[in-house]
Amino acid sequence: MAKILMKGNEAIGEAAIKAGCLYFFGYPITPQNELPEYLSKRLPQVGGRYIQTESEVATSNMIFGAAGVGVRVMTSSSSPGISLMSEGLSYLAGADLPVVIVNMMRAGPGLAGILPAQSDYAHATRGTAHGDFQLLVLAPSSVQEAVDLTMLCFELAEKYRMPVMLLGDGMIGQMMEPVEFPPMEVGPPMNADDWALTGCKGRAPRLVSSLFLDPVELNAKNHERFEKYKVVAQNETRFELYNCDEPYDILITAFGVMSRVCKSAITELKKQGVRVGLFRPITVKPYPSEALSSAILKARRVLDVEMNMGQMLVDVQLAANGQREVDFMGKCGGLTPSIEDVVEAVYASLAKAEAAV
Amino acid sequence: MKPIFSHTEGMITDPMHYCPGCTHGIIHRLVGETLIELGIRERAVGVSPVGCSVFTYKYFTCDMFQASHGRAPAVATGAKRCRPELIVFCYQGDGDLAAIGTSEIIHAANRGEKITCIFVNNAIYGMTGGQMAPTTVPGQRTSTTPGGRNVDEDGFPLKMSEILAQLQTPGYIARVSMHSPEEIIRAKRVIRKAFEYQVNNTCFSFVEFLSTCPTNWGLSPVDSLNWIKNSMLPYYPLGEHKVPEQKEEGTQ
Repeated sequence: MAKILMKGNEAIGEAAIKAGCLYFFGYPITPQNELPEYLSKRLPQVGGRYIQTESEVATSNMIFGAAGVGVRVMTSSSSPGISLMSEGLSYLAGADLPVVIVNMMRAGPGLAGILPAQSDYAHATRGTAHGDFQLLVLAPSSVQEAVDLTMLCFELAEKYRMPVMLLGDGMIGQMMEPVEFPPMEVGPPMNADDWALTGCKGRAPRLVSSLFLDPVELNAKNHERFEKYKVVAQNETRFELYNCDEPYDILITAFGVMSRVCKSAITELKKQGVRVGLFRPITVKPYPSEALSSAILKARRVLDVEMNMGQMLVDVQLAANGQREVDFMGKCGGLTPSIEDVVEAVYASLAKAEAAV
Repeated sequence: MKPIFSHTEGMITDPMHYCPGCTHGIIHRLVGETLIELGIRERAVGVSPVGCSVFTYKYFTCDMFQASHGRAPAVATGAKRCRPELIVFCYQGDGDLAAIGTSEIIHAANRGEKITCIFVNNAIYGMTGGQMAPTTVPGQRTSTTPGGRNVDEDGFPLKMSEILAQLQTPGYIARVSMHSPEEIIRAKRVIRKAFEYQVNNTCFSFVEFLSTCPTNWGLSPVDSLNWIKNSMLPYYPLGEHKVPEQKEEGTQ
């Protein structure tokens, strides 16, 4: 199939359809509006349904209902809307329901700004909502990768029966890039046969619930779920190493679109004889800590670059485990660190590395 | 000997958790009977709320969801839109539906979701110990209105049936009461009709049940029935507040 030029939000919508998702529930919010707009037109063409909801609170409960009856379902929103869905995400996780949630992040906190940011890393990977649970979170750095990961999101959600989030910095949704849609064999949702609510004809009635009032049962349930998260971490951790085949002095860590600015900075620095590698987590939850630890040990110092105040920094520091110092450079509010900013920060890190000798 | 009364297959036979004199059990029974009479139990999916009726999922012999507080109509919307062949119903109390879930019920009704909502109005928060509900009647004492509901500060109780009935979208909206056998028989006819509208894919349907809470009202079961009659009925008039327009014969 030939490549076509598409806006990220629309490409994600098409990828969902290609992955066999026929149901979308959502509430308008910038900068992800092209995604529901696209699906409101496309889904009826392929026999699906698009429903505009009254709020993100309602959305998260509608996808609970949809996933609970065993269909493939998706929603998308942006930072403040995802906050409103947080309670629902906890219920979805607590009932082991497979759903895909797209978060096209904008600047925070509060109503803040509508420009691209990476403001919800911590929310997506740690403080999503009440209770013990995790999301599986994938962070694309290009429109093509957003397409590939969207399709993967559905597969993972069903394979592990858990909510999966595609975490894009608003730019991913807004920019246009050439994409192709890999052929995908699509069947009915996996793993839904023995729990989905489809009417109890010929079998015992079923219950989809996150309520477990018996403490022993709830304790066991949560332990079972965290065993599953371990399997997910073992099987599904994804990352990219860039310019790491040759020796490097500084290792940059960045995710999403930020990593592309860093790659350009690395090219620039190469011309100046500065050796820099890049580590980019693709799954930010589970975090590729072991791979990052190995990469960090080959560097003299680490520089974490983000479009926020340093939300991934703690994961990088954990991977560094005190073996290397980690510097941070970030801009937020809708600003993106430029190539020059990154180059300057690398030189600052290098100077600190020299001073420490 | 011919049996004239027995358990309904729409419900399990275990004892329920409700307090003595609470009419939730009767409302459950009416719903369970309807599932059997209309032959829809095997394609029914219920949504239980948060509140006294949180355990509704234990009692009906059909597939069930347990939803978050107030959001049952959203869960039902998700289920029904994706599997229209299912018969989807919500069972909610007044705190759940008329306070925290006001948005979800109004928009589900306004979209004309082909679901059936059972709304149990006992004018109080039962599960949490008798606090003021959005449906607490003026002057009524609760654990958070020790001097009685003061309409200057708390406003007047919400009349959910009337609020939903004024929406332009077609729907079936009715209020019934549990205070006498006569009214219970009437309620049975209404709840059956509500489900029939869904079976026939006609419209959204909503039945408000005036129900008792002897424990939190501080009244005996018999006095509670009288309290519905004397204190709730004047504020909450019974009847069909809205019915879908009859389609003319021969038209689709």
